[in-house]
Amino acid sequence: MKYLRYTLPLAIFLGLVWFLFQGLFLDPKEVPSPLINKPAPAFALEQLDQPGASIKRDDMLGKVWLLNVFASWCVACREEHPLLVQFSRMKLVPIYGLNYKDERAAGMKWLASFGNPYEASLFDHDGRVGIDYGVYGVPESFLIDAKGVIRYKQIGPFTPEAIQTKLIPLVQQLQKEAGHV
Amino acid sequence: MIPELGHFALWLALGVALVQGVLPLWGAARGRADFMALARPSAYALFVLVSLASACLLASFVRSDFSVLYVASNSNTQLPLPYQIAGFWGGHEGSLLLWVQMLVLWMVAVALFSRHLPQAVQARILAVMGLVSVGFLLFMLLTSNPFDRLFPAPPDGRDLNPLLQDPGMVFHPPTLYMGYVGFCVAFAFAIAALIGGNLDATWARWTRPWTTVAWMFLTVGIAMGSSWAYYELGWGGWWFWDPVENASFMPWLLGTALIHSLAVTEKRGSFKNWTVLLAILAFSFSLLGTFLVRSGVLSSVHAFATDPRRGLFILAFLTVVIGSSFTLFAWRAPTVGLGARFALLSKETTLLANNVLLMVAAGAVLLGTLYPLILDALGLGKISVGPPYFDTVFLPLMAPTIFLMGIGPMARWKETALPDLAQRLKWALGVAVLAAIGTGWLAGSIHLLATCGLLMAYWIICSVATDFWERVAPQGKGFAELRRKTGQLPRALVGMMVAHLGVAAFCLGVTLVKTYEVESDVKMNVGDSTTVRGYRFAFKGVQQIQGPNYDATRATIEISRDGSRITELSPEKRVYRVQQNPMTEAAIHPGLTGDLYVSMGEEVEGGAWIIRVYVKPFIDWIWGGCLMMAFGGLLAVTDRRYRRKAAASAQSANLLAQGATP
Repeated sequence: MKYLRYTLPLAIFLGLVWFLFQGLFLDPKEVPSPLINKPAPAFALEQLDQPGASIKRDDMLGKVWLLNVFASWCVACREEHPLLVQFSRMKLVPIYGLNYKDERAAGMKWLASFGNPYEASLFDHDGRVGIDYGVYGVPESFLIDAKGVIRYKQIGPFTPEAIQTKLIPLVQQLQKEAGHV
Repeated sequence: MIPELGHFALWLALGVALVQGVLPLWGAARGRADFMALARPSAYALFVLVSLASACLLASFVRSDFSVLYVASNSNTQLPLPYQIAGFWGGHEGSLLLWVQMLVLWMVAVALFSRHLPQAVQARILAVMGLVSVGFLLFMLLTSNPFDRLFPAPPDGRDLNPLLQDPGMVFHPPTLYMGYVGFCVAFAFAIAALIGGNLDATWARWTRPWTTVAWMFLTVGIAMGSSWAYYELGWGGWWFWDPVENASFMPWLLGTALIHSLAVTEKRGSFKNWTVLLAILAFSFSLLGTFLVRSGVLSSVHAFATDPRRGLFILAFLTVVIGSSFTLFAWRAPTVGLGARFALLSKETTLLANNVLLMVAAGAVLLGTLYPLILDALGLGKISVGPPYFDTVFLPLMAPTIFLMGIGPMARWKETALPDLAQRLKWALGVAVLAAIGTGWLAGSIHLLATCGLLMAYWIICSVATDFWERVAPQGKGFAELRRKTGQLPRALVGMMVAHLGVAAFCLGVTLVKTYEVESDVKMNVGDSTTVRGYRFAFKGVQQIQGPNYDATRATIEISRDGSRITELSPEKRVYRVQQNPMTEAAIHPGLTGDLYVSMGEEVEGGAWIIRVYVKPFIDWIWGGCLMMAFGGLLAVTDRRYRRKAAASAQSANLLAQGATP
């Protein structure tokens, strides 16, 4: 009995460790984005490499597509970029870039030197569209379905696991859904 | 080349730390003097190697070497030099290096100042600290190397987070870490004593000054962080119960309990198990705080980028260090004697109650901090716990603690008589009650909660005054005797009084600010003015200015009272060029009886601005109180008995050195 009292701190601590361990696999920042399952906000932006040619949200209706927010000043984007280039070669889903708060020349140079995974890049110089999409850190990505509804948001860079376990299955499911319509 | 040198130094340091962590411990167990003798030189070597690594990282920052990923992420060529240096601890990897740097600094101090301890004790203490540094060096080298390269090197860096570009960033983290990590010394002493079975009054006497110094740094560090939040965030708040603030506050609460518990163990030989448990807990909470900040399990303004590998590593490390300490405690503590007995009403009891209250307070903060995580882990949803919880829990715990703060110093060791105590303190209580009500009356409104807060502050002041008077009251010989007696008071005792008065100043500041502050957000055009608490704030105009790495809009606001000009304040709205996020730079006219605080909100139509005008009575007393507490600690560690001991050991070292040279 006497020893029991002195093992109490150890017991409490081990209980705490269990919770902390669980906590490691939860993401406090994974606050469900209010935009999930809501129509993607409208935009009409010039393309990065073609001033004058613009793309609107409604042009994208009818297909599943991925919107990836990037910027030449973003170090984390560099980490993500090779993965995206690789992923784009699989041709599962068209990727569109949103060049966020960047300079046109810097953005184009960046794509030229690291590879261009995008069908097209939208030039969001003043970051207005980014604000509409609730972007608070770059990179972020949005998976948008054929009806123009945001179905998934990746905060921070994609990891190989996130692409394999989350993105690809969801893309396939959404494309199936689109096929039924 | 420089980054590789730093990286290499860290690997060498790991090797040295392994030697320091294992061999002296082994030597102490087997009585091998040669192994034990390794402890001190390896501590010095570890210090040199880690300092070399830090110097390399610093050099990479100063040279703007953006081929180093960490530098590229936290610095920029336009960044002013002091912030390039502070960029060192602007992110995860560098903060860890700072942690280890502080650890080896403490280690080298222990190695230098513990020569008078028996060799086995020295060896064990340094070995425990060596093992802790093994864990952190491994963590850094395996998951968070600050010297990782980035190819091709970007032309410029991402810049230090603009929120951190403030003089506070230069001093706050090192001071805070110095305190945080300093509890490692008390921890190492405790573990060494548990292993060696020499948990006694001498152990408490050795541990005390180390703990007090660490506590001083932690106190100042927390106060600096709080005042930084006050002027930098632009909301006029000074404490947010943010998980990271809590992570530093919990070790502070436990460290405070430890200081008091050590006093009992040293003077009376009691509470040994309490003391050793608190020593383990204080450092455990420092480690836990590191885990909470580094692993990203909690969302916080301070949290660094999340990497599950890091979290897992540090959790494993935490489990090993704290788990083995508690196991050792469970194994050894039951055999430790209880020490001198004491009666239900005695100084010991008040200090025991103080221990329990402070521990419960730390537990309550822990619960509030982890509650969202626990609910999430149990699948019960995502919630956040905010200031309402902490405020509600904290006041009922602090009120009795502060009540005891008045009684404890006046009570006698072993046994004290209630009527006697009540007799001696009745004036203090009476004056405190009158002063609390009187202050409310003077301020123009009496609130229940504010009166409680004021009562606490005045209670401390009056009881300290009573205690002081009892000790120095002249018996017949008047002023000369008073002066002589005051001069004879031990410095440690004066330190305690000053620290307690610091708590009183803190209570006064918190209470008065919470009750009587005025916050007003007004829309102002150039030429408009607004009057708050008798102060007239006139909006004179805005101008665009250029800082070294930001562009700013600066407003000019003239403050006057009864027609006479007091000062002119220039709050700014800055946009840092690299990261492009807006920052609010508040302008403050500080004063002993209150601050005038102006910050800029948003620009509205037609050149008008939302201007926040705050009057914060006595807010600087909050930090002044903290500085007083720390100063009290400083007085206590410079008490004559420590100086005498240091002089004696220096003398004996000299004699030894002379004896060694023929």
